[in-house]
Amino acid sequence: MRVRRTLSVIVVLLTAVLLAACSRPTPLPTGDGPDPRVLEIGATGEPVGMDMITVDGAGIPFVLLYNVYETLVKLDPDKNVQPLLASDWEISADRLTYTFTIDRAARFADGTPVDAEAVVHSFQRIIDGEGTGQILADFAPLTEARATGERTVELELATPSNYFLLALTTPAGSVANPEASIASLNTTPAGSGPYVLGDWEPGSLVQLTRNTEYWGTPSHFDVVNFRYYADPNAMNTAMLSGQLDIVSNLTVPTALGQFESDERFEVLQGYSDGEVVLTYNHANEALANQQVRQALNLAVDRQAIVDAAWGGQGELIGSMVPPTDAWYEDLSDVYPHDPERARELLAEAGYESGLTFRLRVPTLPYAPPAARSIQSQLRAVGVETVIEELEFGVWLEQIFAFQDYDMTIVAHVEPRDLKMYAMDGNYMNYENPEFTALIEAADRGNDDEFVQLQSEAARVLAEDAAANWLFLLPNIIITTADISGVQVDQTSLSFDVTTIASSE
Amino acid sequence: MSRGKRVLIRLAWFVASLLLASLLIFAATNLLPGDIANVLLGTNASAEQVEALREQLGLNRPFPVRYVEWLSGVVVGDFGTSMVGGQPVSSIIFSRLEISAWLVGLATIGSLVIALPVGTYAAMRRRHVDGVAVSAASQVGLAVPSFWAGIWLVVLFAVTLRWLPAGGYVSYWDSFTDWVRHLILPVAALSIVQASVISRYVRSAVIDVLHTDYFRTARAIGWTRSGAIWRHGMRNISISLLTVIGLQITTLLVGAIIIEQVFAIPGLGSRLLLAVTQRDLAIVQGIVLVLVWAVLLINFLVDVAYQFVDPRLRQEAT
Repeated sequence: MRVRRTLSVIVVLLTAVLLAACSRPTPLPTGDGPDPRVLEIGATGEPVGMDMITVDGAGIPFVLLYNVYETLVKLDPDKNVQPLLASDWEISADRLTYTFTIDRAARFADGTPVDAEAVVHSFQRIIDGEGTGQILADFAPLTEARATGERTVELELATPSNYFLLALTTPAGSVANPEASIASLNTTPAGSGPYVLGDWEPGSLVQLTRNTEYWGTPSHFDVVNFRYYADPNAMNTAMLSGQLDIVSNLTVPTALGQFESDERFEVLQGYSDGEVVLTYNHANEALANQQVRQALNLAVDRQAIVDAAWGGQGELIGSMVPPTDAWYEDLSDVYPHDPERARELLAEAGYESGLTFRLRVPTLPYAPPAARSIQSQLRAVGVETVIEELEFGVWLEQIFAFQDYDMTIVAHVEPRDLKMYAMDGNYMNYENPEFTALIEAADRGNDDEFVQLQSEAARVLAEDAAANWLFLLPNIIITTADISGVQVDQTSLSFDVTTIASSE
Repeated sequence: MSRGKRVLIRLAWFVASLLLASLLIFAATNLLPGDIANVLLGTNASAEQVEALREQLGLNRPFPVRYVEWLSGVVVGDFGTSMVGGQPVSSIIFSRLEISAWLVGLATIGSLVIALPVGTYAAMRRRHVDGVAVSAASQVGLAVPSFWAGIWLVVLFAVTLRWLPAGGYVSYWDSFTDWVRHLILPVAALSIVQASVISRYVRSAVIDVLHTDYFRTARAIGWTRSGAIWRHGMRNISISLLTVIGLQITTLLVGAIIIEQVFAIPGLGSRLLLAVTQRDLAIVQGIVLVLVWAVLLINFLVDVAYQFVDPRLRQEAT
């Protein structure tokens, strides 16, 4: 029968097409011996590349920092500076010269020793002007890096800087193998950490495999799979069905209950570094007026925002400092919710007839719900907002590059980003000489002055109502009951797997 | 006009539409707001840095030059290189295409396997309670989006019963059983919804056949109802189904993009979404082009297949 023949031809063709599309992938190298210990981590926010220096985004250091790349020094969970590649360091009396002694044992994954030249090679790249805005800002005080011995590096600063030693713990301070070409680093990282990059399938997986030559204490797992989910609910169901060992950051706080009530899981709730900020563009005439900003801050009930945007999970802050920083002070009551006073201030500022602002927000999980809640609260004091939701790539261009906005909402996740408000050409167009002077004095001062002046600067910023710090994103991590060693508070951009172990 | 000539004309239209599609895709992706240079350099980049990177990536050259360069590469299978990772786009597309092709291919087969018997049953028992119930159920199925069906399948079979994985993908080279286990739920989610659509067409096609003179004649000479449908009705049913299946495969291609998100499957769709958020235009253009060309190819094949299945079109030729 011809019909049947035609149908069978179609079926055969379809099968042939499908089979032709298949190619045999290269199998994972599997050695003899026991099954490899594999850690499955669910994550959102994929790395855009593999070179932390030239490519922005928190996704890259999340995977690579401390796991694949190491820095001279590292922060411990209490945010104290501890040795890593450097076994020892000295700061000169004028605090302009830092001398680091590199650990004798330190080796890159290919066996090359980590020496002074390697450090100079990595840092010189940034001194020469290569790097993202964040990286260049982190290393701004650094003028020269020189090897004074095989394992001794001297770093020369233009001005004393307390931030600098801390910057060395961030991606800017990572040390790459000078044997690897700089161009190759964006696909093949070359570090000295306990893991090397294995498979990388953009859209789904970044795999780390054990660096068998690791010079320090070996980590527990042979393979660490960072599995990426565009849909956070898909990540949660993967966890519930037993496919994952860790959900690295629960971005659907309403799903918390199903993990808390299940004894297979453990819920870790700590502080993140992500301040969710209602940012004012100070280039806007009304928003340049301190009374207007104060009125707006008084008009907003921030607890209601946390409830609307993040299921009530999250700490009220009041300035650009998380409770894990030494200079933290509870400033959440500087502008309590007081619509009455807000209306008075607006009238005093000459805006009793009302105001309209464009609130342009990225389509990130917290921003649109927060925007709608803010819209209704501001309306109550006679301020109208027009909400526009922008896809993140568009938002980056419109808000950061063109500064075409009146208000926006975004979480700033960089550690120690209080000083952002003192940077030249910041996207908020904020200039406050008093604040900038405090930040600069803090950076130059001694350890005590640093904490003291940072704290004062945070208060000045809050009282000036430079922005409205809505809340601090919680750091919610879910693990299976057998997992231990996960850092609860987020103190760096890294999801540090080097201390994680399993009792199974 | 001979059949050969008709096929040639169809082919010419097909090629012309491929070209037009490529132009539209290239124009549209280049009009996309948001810039890869901003995404790569991040929040603290200076305007000069952004401009320098645009220059380096070749984004400042005129549009026609870039289009011709791109298209002449595509024709020989070179889709350019990813602006983010630097890998060839063609290898990215083909490794992902395989996974999406399995999803769409198996879902097409799955939906036919469900729809043919269900639709025929609903037609033959259309005056009975069970036939009406089946046809009502398919009406409900029509209204269900496949991602929603997918979520419920996951909740039931992965989270509650824990029989099957909630998502992900394993290559059949690594483990055939795991490959099957990972595909069951996404293929089911796509098939159930597609089968509802197709079964309604099957049902009405079968009802049409039941009313024809040749069917009554076949019954009169002693064929059973199902025997007569199978022997004499199938060709007529398959003609009307061919159009629907062609349309449904294109719907499936789109549905697969969403299902890949629900099940975290590393197919073309999930790669496309990532490339859009990263503004990796080379990958966006490549994947959209492959998807659009696939739709055009399916329509072309359906057109050509008519020529062979429908004897009326063949007789016209003689």
